[in-house]
Amino acid sequence: MATFKDFRNNIKPNWCPGCGDFSVQAAIQRASANVGLEPENLAVVSGIGCSGRISGYINSYGFHSIHGRSLPIAQGVKMANRDLTVIASGGDGDGFAIGMAHTVHAIRRNIDVTYIVMDNHIYGLTKGQTSPRSAEGFKTKSTPTGSIESQISIMELAISSGAGFVAQSFSSDLKELTSIIEQGINHKGFSLINVFSPCVTFNKVNTYEWFKENITKLDAIEGYDPANRTQAVNTLMDHNGLVTGLIYQNKERPSYEQLVNGFSETGLVKQNISLEKDTFDGLLTEFM
Amino acid sequence: MINQLSWKVGGQQGEGIESTGEIFAIALNRQGFYLYGYRHFSSRIKGGHTNNKIRVSTKALNSISDDLDILVAFDQETIDVNVHELNNGGVVIADSKFDPKVPENSNATLYAVPFTEIANELGTSLMKNMVAVGASSAILGLSHEVYREVVEEIFSRKGSSVVEKNMEAIKRGAEFLQEAAGDQAKSFELEKADGKKRMFMIGNHAVALGALAGGARFMPAYPITPASEIMEYLTKKLPEFGGAVIQTEDEISACTMAIGGNYAGVRTLTASSGPGLSLMMEAIGLAGITEIPLVIVNTQRGGPSTGLPTKQEQSDLMSMIYGTHGEIPKVVIAPSTVEESFYDTAEAFNIAEEYQCPVIVLTDLALALGKQTVEPLDHSRVEIRRGKFDFNAELPEIDDYFKRYELTEDGVSTRVVPGMKNGIHHVTGVEHNEQGKPSEDPTNRINQMNKRLTKLNRLHENFSNPIFTNAPHEESDLLIIGFNSTRGTIEEVLPRFEEDGLKVNHAQIRLVHPFPTDELQPLIDRAKKVVVVENNATGQLANIIKMNVNCKLENVLKYDGNPFLPSEIYTQCKELL
Repeated sequence: MATFKDFRNNIKPNWCPGCGDFSVQAAIQRASANVGLEPENLAVVSGIGCSGRISGYINSYGFHSIHGRSLPIAQGVKMANRDLTVIASGGDGDGFAIGMAHTVHAIRRNIDVTYIVMDNHIYGLTKGQTSPRSAEGFKTKSTPTGSIESQISIMELAISSGAGFVAQSFSSDLKELTSIIEQGINHKGFSLINVFSPCVTFNKVNTYEWFKENITKLDAIEGYDPANRTQAVNTLMDHNGLVTGLIYQNKERPSYEQLVNGFSETGLVKQNISLEKDTFDGLLTEFM
Repeated sequence: MINQLSWKVGGQQGEGIESTGEIFAIALNRQGFYLYGYRHFSSRIKGGHTNNKIRVSTKALNSISDDLDILVAFDQETIDVNVHELNNGGVVIADSKFDPKVPENSNATLYAVPFTEIANELGTSLMKNMVAVGASSAILGLSHEVYREVVEEIFSRKGSSVVEKNMEAIKRGAEFLQEAAGDQAKSFELEKADGKKRMFMIGNHAVALGALAGGARFMPAYPITPASEIMEYLTKKLPEFGGAVIQTEDEISACTMAIGGNYAGVRTLTASSGPGLSLMMEAIGLAGITEIPLVIVNTQRGGPSTGLPTKQEQSDLMSMIYGTHGEIPKVVIAPSTVEESFYDTAEAFNIAEEYQCPVIVLTDLALALGKQTVEPLDHSRVEIRRGKFDFNAELPEIDDYFKRYELTEDGVSTRVVPGMKNGIHHVTGVEHNEQGKPSEDPTNRINQMNKRLTKLNRLHENFSNPIFTNAPHEESDLLIIGFNSTRGTIEEVLPRFEEDGLKVNHAQIRLVHPFPTDELQPLIDRAKKVVVVENNATGQLANIIKMNVNCKLENVLKYDGNPFLPSEIYTQCKELL
């Protein structure tokens, strides 16, 4: 059986020292081993941005794609081979700005893909512009007098869109992050995991210290029940979204693959694709 | 007795004009007649003039006709808009309900038939279409019983009384017309057809069937006119083969999801029209640099922007060849008949996998929605060739990443997909080395660019009939060149030139990129005059030819939203001679 070391490759990430994304990389490697995956049965699809490079830093099939489109590609991979474990990943700009439509529709569609967002509240690779997760008043190169657009409450939006698995974690908490990713992989259906992953170079406001001071762990809230949708939304609102842990899970909702009419029980890629002559002739008759 | 005629039914959109034409046509197709139907419609659900023109013949047809013999009208507007098309001796069959009038300058014979009244007597005005169909059959000298099979197929689930009522409506329509017309009806009596069973289908269905036969099992797509029939057919059929269609949130998602499906080893297509293709451009570049097979169907319509969304145009040629930033290997195939739409789509999946690049199947609205009689499609002509890909291959153990982009003599590398042991590699839209790892090294850049851009050099050896040619003359007075749906119309006018004593050759470009220069050059060299016929305003095909072939060309262009009529091609070519 593979260990987390089998998910390491020899490529040195080009992230800045101290970047939150290193923890996400480690957590994916550990979680993959913990759930019993073999590297060839994991596909990691990522978008563009610093965090988008993550698919190249894990020893698995990796696809570094185009800006904002990791989710449709990941869903296509899963539809082609449902026997794979598919992780999509990227930053908050990738998923909640240019790729927002895909995020909401991936949630609605509920194909079994685990989507891990490295949320640093800023655009890093383009050297410091505002993101949809930047707070109002946040000063960047593109908002020199402070952002005048509202911050997306992504967890509430996901829950209201019908998400079956919504969780949040923090790069400083590798143990919780690993556990959350394991749960996301094991969830049958789409799972959204938002990770506070600080940008040490361009975001001088939302730092490790800032997150530590402001985050509430759901484990610490007495009586918190992730199956309770109303409680989930209320708790998020009470804490301005700054909570970590499993926020909401609906274990009853079947995945898209389970619901879609006539869909192959094993990976489509394994099918023989030739049409028999009788079958073909039958199709022609319908046009006569 | 005549061996061909043109019939048109018109009225307000949403009034059942489509189904009237459909029932009329299917019944005649089953008698063994050849048909060609073209719909005139607008981008709205109810209201607005719509018509369905159907040409009937005892011989094969690939084009609409210039003229019209019989016009069936559900409103006065239909008469006013279409009466000028009628031949001398033409006939208008109209619902007496609206007190139809034929303009004074027309010598058409008018038969006012109580479509609505008869239908109401039988229980519902909905059956007025059946009365019209009956009246039409009488004037062609056909028994109303030719419709029984179709009527049973449509209405049998509603019970036998509904079938009989509809048959009665057809019969009453036929009887009324026979009585009113007397012997005059005989002028449109059709020769007996051969009774052979043939398919009657639109190009979009041929494309969808080609995808299914070609092994496609997944299709993410976004609805758009005039491509939606492809996804609708496969939505119905793919579940029978374990596959699925996903209606995505937009065309960017459709295209990238298709890339995901192909990346993971399943033949996956998407289909759209111009606006959708514009949205897909960045993703097409991704498929190019990552060498992922990808089949995209573009059924062209009037552009730019929303343009003429329900009208014919061929103005996406340049964007299909050159669209997407940067330089990638890409194949653009342009079928010119419904049959070719089937075979070319099936073959597109082989080309995409053998050369590991995007393949665009380019059609146009007239081909996509024009409904015509098709000879049975040949199962034995459909091959599945997957190139350097075998999901069940056992790969040797290696210490490092698999060389997915290995430099090879033919530029094509072994393709492995997720789930294959010892095949792990990286895929990225960033320039990369043989293992797929990002690389900005100048030598590697040149090597990988050359690998990608030369791998299609072999395509011409393997692509059958990149140009459809009908070139009986060693030296010609005129060579007419077109692509997509203009083929049938060009073929229609060739005998007219022959009657004038002119030697005319015809070439229909089927592989528009990479361009078949060697095949076209000799035809051009042997022609005194070369005319390129196309449905756009800037002569895109002519420009592509000029880039690839040493020649002087003339343009015949039409961009009013309608397909060429045979007479338009004939007259405009004659003017250029």
